[in-house]
Amino acid sequence: MEADLIDKLMRLAALRLEARERELLKDNLSKIVHLIDTMQSADTDGVEPLDHPLDGVQPLRPDHVTEVVDRNRFQEVAPEVRDGLYLVPRVVE
Amino acid sequence: MTFPRFATIAEMRSALASKTISAVELAREHLDRIAASDLNSFVTVCEDDAVATAREADGHIGRHGQSGLVGVPVAHKDVFCTAGVRTTCASRMLAGFVPPYDATVVARFRDSGAIMLGKTNMDEFAMGSSNENSHFGSVSNPWDVTRVPGGSSGGSAAAVAAGLVPAATATDTGGSIRQPAAFCGISGLKPTYGRVSRYGMVAFASSLDQGGPMARSAEDLRLLLQHMEGHDPLDSTSADIGPTPREADRVGLRIGVVREYGRDLDARLAATVDEAAAVFERLGHERVEISLPHTTYATAAYYVVASAEASTNLSRYDGVRYGHRAESPNDLDDLYARSRSEGFGAEVKRRILTGTYALSIGYYDAYYRKAQRLRRLIRQDFLDAFRSVEAILAPATPSTAFEKGALLAPDETKDPTVMYEQDVYTVPASLAGLPALSIPCGIIDGLPVGMQLIGPHFGEDRLLALAESFQQETDWHQRTPPR
Repeated sequence: MEADLIDKLMRLAALRLEARERELLKDNLSKIVHLIDTMQSADTDGVEPLDHPLDGVQPLRPDHVTEVVDRNRFQEVAPEVRDGLYLVPRVVE
Repeated sequence: MTFPRFATIAEMRSALASKTISAVELAREHLDRIAASDLNSFVTVCEDDAVATAREADGHIGRHGQSGLVGVPVAHKDVFCTAGVRTTCASRMLAGFVPPYDATVVARFRDSGAIMLGKTNMDEFAMGSSNENSHFGSVSNPWDVTRVPGGSSGGSAAAVAAGLVPAATATDTGGSIRQPAAFCGISGLKPTYGRVSRYGMVAFASSLDQGGPMARSAEDLRLLLQHMEGHDPLDSTSADIGPTPREADRVGLRIGVVREYGRDLDARLAATVDEAAAVFERLGHERVEISLPHTTYATAAYYVVASAEASTNLSRYDGVRYGHRAESPNDLDDLYARSRSEGFGAEVKRRILTGTYALSIGYYDAYYRKAQRLRRLIRQDFLDAFRSVEAILAPATPSTAFEKGALLAPDETKDPTVMYEQDVYTVPASLAGLPALSIPCGIIDGLPVGMQLIGPHFGEDRLLALAESFQQETDWHQRTPPR
């Protein structure tokens, strides 16, 4: 597990780790990759990937509104809101 | 009055029906036990709500008699959303999260009259096999408090085993119902994928997650399943089939014993499972050796699929809409990264990064698609086996409950894959979406041993019938932890 790859994964996953945590993680991930690499010896040529354990298809329901979005109630659990809007740091100067 | 500590739901129902005890008395007695317990099996206790609901239950029993789960105390794993009651998933990320709605399982239990006493401890986001990954601290196994109760549903298992509740809900992604049930000497059922609605169950790995019951007998599991299962329009992956019937043959079945599962199994555990097979033979069933040739790849394939889905599901925690938010962020990226890094524990971060790796450009085919191809082969192994047997008997775990700290160090310096290997006997059925239950089948050095029964898709009836007949023949499920 190269340091560059760890940095890329942390960026993709929006995680930031302290130096010690990062070192441990590098070691941990190498062991996990070693475990999952055992898959490579299996012959899976021509086998269709399985997305759903019952090979289920996504059922569709009639395209009708079935619930009312109660914004005030849902925003009660938000860390910061104002006037019904979620607040984030400024993104446009 | 005091009620027998290890009564089953069936016994509680008849005591409530005959008014030997009231629902309020029953709730208060269990709440007192929870308050006196030092297992750390509960994250939240709902004392006032529980007594108020029990009072309503007593009114119902007075007018209509006892039915369903009316007046029966239960606990919910803290992964199920409960309207107005905080739902933490044992994570700092959700430590203050109070859902605005109930999970379908919670609503069904409420509608059937069950009394929710509280929310049980678990591994953070259901990721773990020891309950040591909880933001609220580890849970002790009531059989030996220096040992883990298993995970991720360790709080539910410990609470049932200690007589704090007769039943609890739990979830199983790769063994999180069956392994803690085995470690704590209780009965637990992971239903077929889709049997129980996932609506309001905080997502870990959506193609694997399945809710199910924990209790002290297979008979109670059957009753609890009736009040959990069924199609839910709010979960499009929930199966649109009827309720679990009660019609399976109880004699003359072929029970498969998996050749590959015996290879590395501890000799004393193997002997215990072998003795269970002998019990089934005495009951008129036939033991048949079967092979599940792709077993050796199951743990690897599971950790790729589960981690990939976890990395996707957990991307919703951004510090904006709900959950932990970092103080004074410099910019949007800083808000996301710091909120997530502060909110998630070490194991959750490992899984997110493993999943991110498996899904990233250059690795997607080699890992994620490869794992999905293996998943099909593993499922096909089972489908082939079920042409010659009606059920499979397997160990639930590679060992009995291990010491706290044995596989996970507080400084995170231990190899995480050793813990992952704990799931070796449970992940194959998870990948295949099959129903599987774990019931007690022995005791080694004072610690319970569990065995699994695995069945074909939607074959819960037969598994429960086999477990019920095993529990009529043996008394392992009636053994209780030392006081």
